[in-house]
Amino acid sequence: MSDTEALYQEIILEHNRKPRNFREMPDADRTVQGRNPMCGDALTLWVKWGDDDRIADVSFKGEGCAISKSSASIMTTAVKGKTRAEAAAVFEKFHNLVKGTLPEDEQKSLGSLRAFGGVARFPQRVKCASMAWHALKSALDGDDRIVTETSDPTGAPGEGAWA
Amino acid sequence: MTNATIDLVSIQDFPLLAANLGLHYLDSAATSQKPRAVLDAMIRYYTHDNANPHRGAYALSARATERYHEARETVAKFVGVKDSARLIFTRGTTESLNLVAAAWGRANLGAGDEIVVTGLEHHANFVPWQQIARETGAVLRICDITPEGRIDVDKFSSIVGIHTKLVAFGHVSNALGTINPIAELSAIARRVGAVVVCDGAQAAPHLPLNIDSLDVDFYAFSGHKMLGPMGCGVLVGTRALLETMPPYQTGGDMIEFVGDERTSWNVLPHKFEAGTPNVADAVGLAAACQYLDRIGMANVRRHEQALTALASQRLSSLPGVKVHGPASTERSGVASFTVGEIHPHDVATILDEAGVCVRAGHHCAQPLMRRLNVVATARASFYIYNTPADVDALVAGVEHALEVFA
Repeated sequence: MSDTEALYQEIILEHNRKPRNFREMPDADRTVQGRNPMCGDALTLWVKWGDDDRIADVSFKGEGCAISKSSASIMTTAVKGKTRAEAAAVFEKFHNLVKGTLPEDEQKSLGSLRAFGGVARFPQRVKCASMAWHALKSALDGDDRIVTETSDPTGAPGEGAWA
Repeated sequence: MTNATIDLVSIQDFPLLAANLGLHYLDSAATSQKPRAVLDAMIRYYTHDNANPHRGAYALSARATERYHEARETVAKFVGVKDSARLIFTRGTTESLNLVAAAWGRANLGAGDEIVVTGLEHHANFVPWQQIARETGAVLRICDITPEGRIDVDKFSSIVGIHTKLVAFGHVSNALGTINPIAELSAIARRVGAVVVCDGAQAAPHLPLNIDSLDVDFYAFSGHKMLGPMGCGVLVGTRALLETMPPYQTGGDMIEFVGDERTSWNVLPHKFEAGTPNVADAVGLAAACQYLDRIGMANVRRHEQALTALASQRLSSLPGVKVHGPASTERSGVASFTVGEIHPHDVATILDEAGVCVRAGHHCAQPLMRRLNVVATARASFYIYNTPADVDALVAGVEHALEVFA
């Protein structure tokens, strides 16, 4: 398998074509933006907490390459229903996977996220695969108050960020 | 194809390319590869002539001063500037433009004044004007572009008015390769007496250039895009403005006399070159100019035009591929393209596996990308060492991307 075949696996291409949970969420508890200033790619991530402190719903919108879009899509399917701690643990493993530092025997538990193992051969694409996850991490780390940040899916920065 | 597209230079002149024969380097609009002559000139300077110029009373320092002076003369002659004292060495185009915005802008702009830029600009010729406008209370006005990616000259003419103090435009667009009608734009600015700034970063490496014959007040370019080393560029200004505007940075070398409370400035060009100058890189840039001069800039232009036409025609014939910007005859050696719905980063990754280096992204031109209504493009850019074989590899790579994303 060539490096690009390892990168662009069928499941990645499929989620790129038909991203899951690709929608705005007006009643979200957290709205977080992920941006990659190097390339201009941007996404907005919405998270809604359930009464049991699990992720009741998670969705995203934005512009990006196949890697960033499919990564966000598969991420939403992977973390729905998880607690903060569980989601953070998956992020940790995923991050190690795309950096190429996750031991083989630990990869199994990642399920379809394993498809991103090929990213490790493209160090310059690790950021693409991780952008949505960093946005999720920031949603997990935040407190429970409802955030009213801009939900502009083009990912324009909040007012305070402009100079 | 004409013979102009092959063997303009020997690949053996370029150590990096000679050592990577499978590489198809199509990102010269970002930075060019360096000929051995440039690297040798820099090593020769450091191994034979290195000392701090304009300082020592000893022969070695005098030699370093002489090398620096020769470099300035050589570069000035190459770009058609007779009075070399009005050629300032900077770190590159970005610093050159920031110099004008900060030094001229802070002293001359105020509330109600207008700065006119275009939607085609690189961030280096956009953000400094935006920020100096915010600082001084001036208004930044952005001239729109046509759907083909040209500056809309009629709109430009209607925006430039009695409040316009400065206009800034690129000679050649980095993102699309559009060659702008700079004489026409300058003439419009002159009607209202505005200062004219031209970003020549993408022109000096690719087009025959005679700055003295251009009606501009400031012209900026970078050495590293024209075979020279990174970290050395140029600002050419008119004597009248350079002599009357305040310095950009202060310190050693740029002073005439330092009193306890006041300081007087050195003459041009030293007034704008504070601190120890970057002699070795200036020497390298001079060697690059000599290398280009031996080839002849008209030949450079012809070579790039043939490759750009070939690439544009072949890319456009692929399903879903769109080459952005005006016709290839009106562009420098740039083919900026999108491949259907495939994101340019994915195209670039697949091209990379075939050894084809292209830039993918917003090309430091986000205002332009918004106006073209694209998030990003892939950009192939050509230079003297490229051949039709590079175009073949590019086209084959894009075909492969179409298969992967079918």
